[in-house]
Parts: sequence; C-alpha cells; structure tokens
Amino acid sequence: MDALILTVILTSIPLILAATGELIAERSGVLNLGVEGMMLMGAVAAFAITSLSGNPYLGVMAAAAAGAMTASIFAVFTLGLATNQVATGLALTIFGTGLSGLVGAPFVGGTVDGLQAVSIPVLSDLPVLGGLLFQLDLLAYGAFVILALVAWFLNKSRAGLILRAVGNNHDSAHALGYSVLRVRCAAVIFGGLMAGLAGAYLPLVLTPHWSEGMTAGRGWIALALVVFASWMPSRILIGALLFGGITIIQLVGQARGWEMPSQFLSMLPYLATIAVLVLISRDRNFALMRAPAHLGRIFIGTR
Amino acid sequence: MTHAHSAISAETAPVLEAVGITKSFGDFRANDAVSFAIKPGEIHALLGENGAGKSTFVKLVYGLLQPDAGQFFWHGKPFSISGPQQARRLGIGMVFQHFSLFESLSVAENIQLALPAGEVLTSLSARIRELSDAYGLAVDPDAYVYDLSVGQQQRVEVMRCLLQNPSLLIMDEPTSVLTPQETNQLFAVLRRFADKGMAVLFISHKLDEIRALTSRATVLRRGRNVGTMDTKGKSNRQLAELMVGSEVADISRHKEPGKLAGTPPVCRITKLQRPKSTAFAVALDDISFCANAGEILAIAGISGNGQDELMAALSGEWQPPTGDVIVLEGTDISHFDPAARRRAGVGVVPEERNGHAAVPSMRLSDNALLTHHSLGQTVRHGVIDHTATKAIAAQIIQAFDVRVPNDDPMAAALSGGNLQKFVVGREILKSPRLLVVAQPTWGVDVGAAVSIRTAMLDLAANGSAVIMISQDLEEVFAIANKIAVLHDGRLSDVMPADQVTAEQIGLLMGGDDARRGASR
Amino acid sequence: MISMTPRKDISMQRTVLTPVFSVLLTLCVGAGIFAVLGYDPSAALYQFFVAPLSRPDQVADLFVKACPLIIIATGLAFCYRANVWNIGAEGQIVMGAVCAGGVALFFPAIPDLLMMPAMIIAAMAGGMALAFIPGILKTRFNTNEILVSLMLTYVAALFIDWLVRGPWRDPESFGFPLTKSYGEAALIQRVELPGIGTIGQLHWGVVTALLLAVAAYFVMSKTVFGFQVKVMGDAPRAGRFSGFNPARTTIGVFCVSGACAGVAGMVEVSANMGQLQPEVSFGYGFTAIIVAFLARLNPLGVIMAGLVVALAELGGDRAQMALGMPKVVTGLFTGILLFLLLAGETFNRYHVQINWPRFGQLKSGQLQSGEEG
Repeated sequence: MDALILTVILTSIPLILAATGELIAERSGVLNLGVEGMMLMGAVAAFAITSLSGNPYLGVMAAAAAGAMTASIFAVFTLGLATNQVATGLALTIFGTGLSGLVGAPFVGGTVDGLQAVSIPVLSDLPVLGGLLFQLDLLAYGAFVILALVAWFLNKSRAGLILRAVGNNHDSAHALGYSVLRVRCAAVIFGGLMAGLAGAYLPLVLTPHWSEGMTAGRGWIALALVVFASWMPSRILIGALLFGGITIIQLVGQARGWEMPSQFLSMLPYLATIAVLVLISRDRNFALMRAPAHLGRIFIGTR
Repeated sequence: MTHAHSAISAETAPVLEAVGITKSFGDFRANDAVSFAIKPGEIHALLGENGAGKSTFVKLVYGLLQPDAGQFFWHGKPFSISGPQQARRLGIGMVFQHFSLFESLSVAENIQLALPAGEVLTSLSARIRELSDAYGLAVDPDAYVYDLSVGQQQRVEVMRCLLQNPSLLIMDEPTSVLTPQETNQLFAVLRRFADKGMAVLFISHKLDEIRALTSRATVLRRGRNVGTMDTKGKSNRQLAELMVGSEVADISRHKEPGKLAGTPPVCRITKLQRPKSTAFAVALDDISFCANAGEILAIAGISGNGQDELMAALSGEWQPPTGDVIVLEGTDISHFDPAARRRAGVGVVPEERNGHAAVPSMRLSDNALLTHHSLGQTVRHGVIDHTATKAIAAQIIQAFDVRVPNDDPMAAALSGGNLQKFVVGREILKSPRLLVVAQPTWGVDVGAAVSIRTAMLDLAANGSAVIMISQDLEEVFAIANKIAVLHDGRLSDVMPADQVTAEQIGLLMGGDDARRGASR
Repeated sequence: MISMTPRKDISMQRTVLTPVFSVLLTLCVGAGIFAVLGYDPSAALYQFFVAPLSRPDQVADLFVKACPLIIIATGLAFCYRANVWNIGAEGQIVMGAVCAGGVALFFPAIPDLLMMPAMIIAAMAGGMALAFIPGILKTRFNTNEILVSLMLTYVAALFIDWLVRGPWRDPESFGFPLTKSYGEAALIQRVELPGIGTIGQLHWGVVTALLLAVAAYFVMSKTVFGFQVKVMGDAPRAGRFSGFNPARTTIGVFCVSGACAGVAGMVEVSANMGQLQPEVSFGYGFTAIIVAFLARLNPLGVIMAGLVVALAELGGDRAQMALGMPKVVTGLFTGILLFLLLAGETFNRYHVQINWPRFGQLKSGQLQSGEEG
C-alpha cells in the first residue's frame, strides 16, 4: 500500500511540473499545445547529458534549457509573427517528438543512474509521512517548491499581477503601457523550462532509459490538468495526484482481473475536465474569475 | 510653421498646450494642425462628431500614438510623450470611454497596475480611503471589478488616475453610461478637482452638461479645430450652432416633391423597444415613425445614441420579441431575419463597410452574393451561379462608377469611397421598397459622396422609401425630406426638412427636450 | 520590435509560392539537422522523398497512406475555415470505426450490397455524434472547443479499448484484444485493374477519398453552405448581416468534420485490418490537422498536401529501415513545414517590418521622432 501511494506521488511529479509551467503561460493568455514536444526534448536532453557526463544534475539543467529553447521556437512564431497558436502548438509537439527521437536514437537501450533520493533529516523519520514525502529526489522537492513559489508569485507579487492582467485583458494592459508580448514571451519560456524539467523526471527517476515518445501522452494530460485546476496552482496538486492515481488504479485493476471498470475509471479525469470547462464558461462572471479571458487570442498592438 | 505659445509666467502657463498637432493614418487625416490650450483649474470640453478626431487627439496626449507633426507643451515646456507610463508619470490621467480595467482583478489590484512599481499594497488601501473621502468617491478596494456597476467601475478609473496626483485628467464621454445621479456625483468630483488647481479635459456632446460643468470648449470637425471659446453664459442654441457649423444654414435644398399624396407609408415602425444588451449599449425607448414612398427620412444624431441598435432592429440582425413592431407594406416583418427581410424588399447599408457591409478579403462578386443569395437569381438549389454574381458585381461597378484595379478585385483593394459606392449600389440596384442606410458618406471623398446621395435621391424619386441615419447635418439638409433626431435612444418628432433649422436640429442632437416624441 | 500592417491585396503568386517555398526551406532545414546529428543528409533525403516513389506499387501505397489523411483533412478544412477549432478528429475516427464495426459485426444479415452504405452511414453518425458535443457546448455555453474536443479523444480511445477487450472481444482470439473478423461484404477490396491486377495496396477507399475531396471542393466554392463557412470565418458580423446563423454554422461544420473523420476510421479498419482492435488510428487525427493547414484549408489542396505528408510518413519508415533513424523523425519534417507555412501566412497577410531599437535611447522628457510608441 505504501509503495502504491509512493508510486502515485512519483507519477504525479512530471504532471505537476509541466502543468505549473503551462499554467503560467495560459494565465498570460497563451495556449501552448506543444507541451508533449517540449517534455520529450527535456527527456532526451536529460538522458543524453546524464549518460555522457555521469551527473544527473547536469542532466536536469540540460533538460530545463532544452525545454526553454523549444518553447522559444513557439514564442518566435506565435508572439513575433502572430501565427495561429493552436496550429503552432501542434507543430511544436510533432517537431519535438521527431527531433527528440532523432537526437535520442544513439541512446536507445542504454541506462543511466538517475536522481537519487535525498532524505530530509528529522522529517524523514516521521512514522507514515516520513517514508512517503521526505525521501524523494531533489527534482520532486523542487516541483512542490516551485508550485508554492508560483502560487505566491501569481497572487502576491507585482509581476504576477501584471501577468494576470495581460491574460485577462490584453487591450487594457496595452493601454496602460505594459508590453503584452514581452510578458507572454517570458511566460511561454518559463512554461517550456518547466516542461523540460517534467520530461527529465521520466528517464531520471521513473523509468531509467530512453525510448522515443516515452512521455506517452503526459503532456496532453498536463494540459487537461491546467483546465481541471481552473488555472489555480493550489488545485494542480490535487489534480495531479488524481490523474496520476487513476493510471495506478487502472494497472491495479488489470492485475486483479477487473476488466470493465478500468477504462471507464480512466475516462473520469477527462470527463471531469469537460464538466469543469462547462461550469466555468456558463456563468460569465465565474468565467471571468477563472479562465484567462484572452486565452489563445492573438494580440497585435497598434502603434 | 512657427507658432508662439501662450503665457510664459509659471502661474498662468497652460497645463497642456497643443500646437499644430497633426496625425494621419494612411491618407486619412485624423488631426489637422490642432492647436489649443488648457489652463490650470479649468474644465475644458472637447466637442465634435464621431470621427472628428477627438479620440485620436487624446491618444496622442496619452502617448498611445505619436504625432506626425506639431508639438505639445506641458506647463510651458516642450514635450514628447513616449507612452502611457510616461504620461502618467508626467501627471496625465486618462479614463477611456470603454474603460481599461481588468474584470477578474480586485479594485486595489486594478489601481496598483496603473501605479509605478514599488507601491505597497497595504499603504495603498489607506491612500485609497483617504482620496475617497477627499473627493467623495466611494470605492471599495477589495471588491472585484466584474461585480461593480458601470458607474462604480468608472469611479475606480477616476480613483486610479487621482492616486498619481495628475495635473490633467482626461475623460472620454464619461456620462454616456451613467444615471443622472451618478452624473451629478461625477461632476462634484471633477469640480473639486478643478478647485485644487488641476485641469480637466472633458469629451462630450451633451450640451446641457457642457454648459453646467465646463468653462471653455474646443470644437473639432473633420480633424480641425473650428473654435475655442468660453462656455459660461452661452445658451444651448449657441453651442449647437458651433457644433453643427453655420455653413449648414446656407445649403439650398434641391429636392423632389416628396411623399406621393394619399399613399400609405411603405414602412411603419411602432413602439420599438430594445433593452440594453451590454453595459455600454443604448436602450431604444418607444420609437415610432413612418417611412413614406418617394421620401428620404433622415434620422440625425451623434453616434452613440442608439443608431447601432436601431440599425440592427431595422436590418433584422436583432428582432423584437413581439410582433407588429415593424410592418412593411402591410406585412409584419418584425420576426424576419436579414435574409427574409431582403426577400420582402428591404435593402440595408450598415455603417461599417469593412467586416459588416462587406468582407474585405473576398472579391466583389462574392460581396454581391452576400446580400443576393436569398433572392433566387444567384443561387439555385443551394448552388451558386458565379457568372450571375460576377454579372451583378459588374453591373454595380458600371452603374455607380466604382473605380476598380481589375475586373473582380478583393474588397480590401478598393478605396473607402469606391467600396462605399459598391455597397450602396449593391442595394439600390435591387430596387428595394425600403432602403435603410447608416452614415452613407462617412469617410468618403467628395465625388463619391455626391454620387451616393444622387443615387439615393433617384431611388426615392422612383417611389421607394429611404431611411438615412446620419450625423452629417450638411448631408441631412441636402437630401432629406423629413428629419427626426435620435438622442439617448429616443426619437424626436418627425419634422419636414423645409420647416426646421439647423440650430433646432443641433439642440435636439444635444439633448434639448423642446421637441420630443409624441408618445412621451 | 516587429511591426505588422495588413496588406491590401494578396497576389496569386504569393499564394502559390509560399507553400512551395516552405517545402523547399523545410528540406534544407531538415537536411541541416540530419547533418549536425551525424547522418548523411543526402542519403536521408533520398530515403525520405525519393525512394518511396521508385516503383508504381509504392506510389499506390503512397495514396493508401494518404487516404485517411485526405478524408479527415477535407472535413477539418470546413471547420477551420469557419474559425472553429476541432482538435478531436482522432476520437471521431475511433467512434466512426466503432459504429461501422458494430454494423458489420452484429448485423451480418444485411444484404451484401447494402453493407458498405450501412457502414458508411453508421461511421458518419458515430463521428458526428462525438463532434456534436464540443459544438453544442460551444454554442450553448461558450466552452472552448479545443479543450473539449481534445479531452474526448481520450474518452473515445478508452471506450474502444474497453469494447475490444470486453464485450466485443472475439472469444476465439486467444486472449488478444480483437473482435471477430468482418465478413467479406464489410471489407474494402483492393482495386483490380483489368490486365494489371492490383497495384500495391491500393483500395477503393482511396478512390472514395479522392472523390470526397473533389466533392468538398465543389461544396466549398460553389454552394451557399461553403460561402457561409467562409464568410462566418472571415467576418462573422458580415455573416449575420447576410442572414447566416453563427450557432448553426458551428454545429454544421463540426458535424461535417466529424462525419469525415468517422468515415476515415471505417475505411482504415475495413481496408487494412478487417476487425476492430484497441488502436485504429495512429495519430491520423492530429497529422490531418497539419495536412489541412498545408493545404491552406482548400479541399483540392488537401489531396496534394495529404500526399506530401504521407510521403514523409513512408519516408520515415524507409529511413528507419535503411539508416536506423527512429520512426518519429517524420515529425521533424512535418513540424518544420507547418511552422514555415504558418509564418508564410503571416508574411502573406501582413507587411512585416523589424525595427531595431535605436541606440542612445530615451529618458523621459526628451524629444523623439514619431516612430516608436
């Protein structure tokens, strides 16, 4: 049972990382569907650099850089050239999947020593929680810390306020003199960096190898997770555990011979996301509170 | 051209002076050598019709646009403003007509965004309460903007400006969304502001308000300043004269006899009511009138008094919930959608030719199809006859002298005047029983304007009825047989054009209630 | 800062040259990436784009590969042209395959001649039903159709997984998740030309796809419905003025693209698999989105675009066999191609200027020329 809960927590880490990054991008008004591609670029960078250098922490940094660079391609097209965000995001996913596969080809079949667990003194000796929460690797701790920092950033800092404003009404932000494109660019690149870190978690902790497409749709789940969390960082945690947990439940169910309920159980997160979406959009005021009103809309400032 | 600017001494130096400010967008000259000054402690009105250049001018002052020529002086010193943040630092506060608030954020957060970095949130709340008391502006810093009424939202905008200790506050048509009580409250705030030595630039077209609140006014027409004067002691009549221009009185009216005696009206509108659809919309209140065969009925009025809503009701894009409101030659067309109304014989020319009357990215033949597809000639069993659409387009081009670069160009390739000729011609060639047209010659060169007006006169002469919504009084007096004025969603009595003067129309446009509709 | 002003007219040359130029530039960039990563660029390009076309039966297989892409992208063209973003084609494919499969498996008594039409109708209904959901949610509740349609792809994939492993599993399939095989009448046959026989894997579904694209072109350019789609996409206010209803347009195009995707699903199963399995689409729903853009949302262009993307897919297979490259590398080309196409669209529609910031820039209060805001 303990092992199961630990697995749920570990499985949720990449989701938390990727969703946190995408949340920032979306709060600024940009819908980046390329999360899957950016995660794969992070994964291959992490595996390759760790493989070559022997140091998984270098791998993590490489993953962050790879994610950020991939995201900057998206930024150049959608923010610099005002291209359609949906199409560009899809292109990014397909491109990232392809490039990561190419870069990672020589590394298929290899293995690395990934991130080791780091026990937090004192806390890791607690009876139940100690083993679960305080003997994780540094990137997992990082995920929780970054999530908390992002929550603080959004709600308590001026920069976070500007970001929220840009996502809520880019015309008003422009009228007040803020650079909409600069804010969005920073948000998008942060999103890429986080997606890169999320990708790194797969070969460095969960399954220490590289294979093409190893994110297996986690990027799309992260996108759903952001909506499910109503764009609020506090809910990302719960949502990630839920989405991660469902996969485990499915595996457990299969192992125990339940055939029918597992697929329907697995559908629940997606159906729940749709329900949340409908609830959010139905009431105009509620929608204003929750969804970044200008999500996906192209901004071209007149001079 | 050098231009000496006003007084040098510090006390009487104007807060803001514009000298020769010019700004063009392509060939369109939005501001043409505009010059005037605003003194400290003054509430200065900026008057003019839609498109006269008021919005462009204030955007130039606020740094959202850069002038092509001319110079601004701030407290006597020459200055250029690079952007809104710098404008705010200088001491210019701006409240846009449609606000620039963030609805999902709190009042305090909205205010914070307009302030330079470094303002701590807690001390901000205290300052807000302080200013709130000083000016009588009740504002709750913790409320969310989407929860507030429009009047309250405006107060947030004003508060946001005041917190930066401005010396000039610009307000763009602030009272169009306020109740009379809220308007009085706003005026009290502005007067206190002026008493402390600050200046206010107040854009409006409501003559009563301008007389009550302001001390001086500048009138813009077609981008030019046609006069700066004191408003105290002027009557509404005098102000109206300035707004509509004295040239108007001299236009001779060359017209056909008018209504064919004894015939019933082509279109009768009875008690048209339409509630506000958004906070910034105008409600239509009990509008009733008739359009007669052989007549051009002009509905005059400044843009923003219900013209869009009335057009939508006449075109069918909005339908009244009950029947018998719009009757065309005996048929109740109230519930007809635009395509059905066209089949019934209504031709419509909306105000906005780019994106509403025509699709800029489509060819003229397709734009002809836009209002012909329900009429049978161009479509058979759902299939388009492109030869027919091209022929119709060619017919329109030929008959209305539309200058085109090739046989079937994209609408975006035409100049404004030519596209307008096409759009008007498209309807007139159908010989509609009723033609409804809004701002027919807006942004159009003189030659095109003449041919459009002539076409409308000819249509009327052939027995159709024409309803023309226009804010151009010159045009109204040139071709209308009957005139009514739309103000704040209400229509005045319909008056024969040869029995009414420009000043009377100007008064009604400004809200003077001397001649209101019979139903009130 | 990059500044953009809309162009007044878009020349024919630009419209045609942009995709061509994008393709060429893609090849160059792709070759460059290969070179950097240690592969021989010319060998790679050969394997990708020339080798798959060296024999007639290979050309036929190109069409077979392009077949589902063409069908789906034709439907998506209507959606995207109307500014409605259906991202759920992948799920609509599955539902179409499921419904057609249901007819094939549970109504084997249908007369042979009617089996195909019945399956087609069922497939269209299945795809339409799934596509209807994001449509109605958008028109009624203003819900974002991108996210809803995307979520439903997972639901559909899980649904077929359950069906094929559960109630519809063939008891004689040795535990493999497969349904019974379809009867003869439910299968799409290879095309047999008199005297030549079959050409590669070419089947009648390909013919259907081509006819569908041509028919769609006709609808898009010559019918009022096509006109409606274009007007509502370009200028919704003009569309309402013209008498078109926005809600009906949205639902209409969702149904059209759902039906197309459904048919594609049915065709793929009946032509290549002959029975249902948990995976009936291999990302076609997403690849078709790229095809639609590559075709610039023109149904006739979809044929060409479908072939180009299919070529990249086949090329990926060959590069994998001959050069040891991973299969997903096709994504490299299609991704770059789409980026360049989208950028090309921007250059077509706008006059783009890059203003380098001037040096010695300004503190507040200094005079400037009227350039930067």
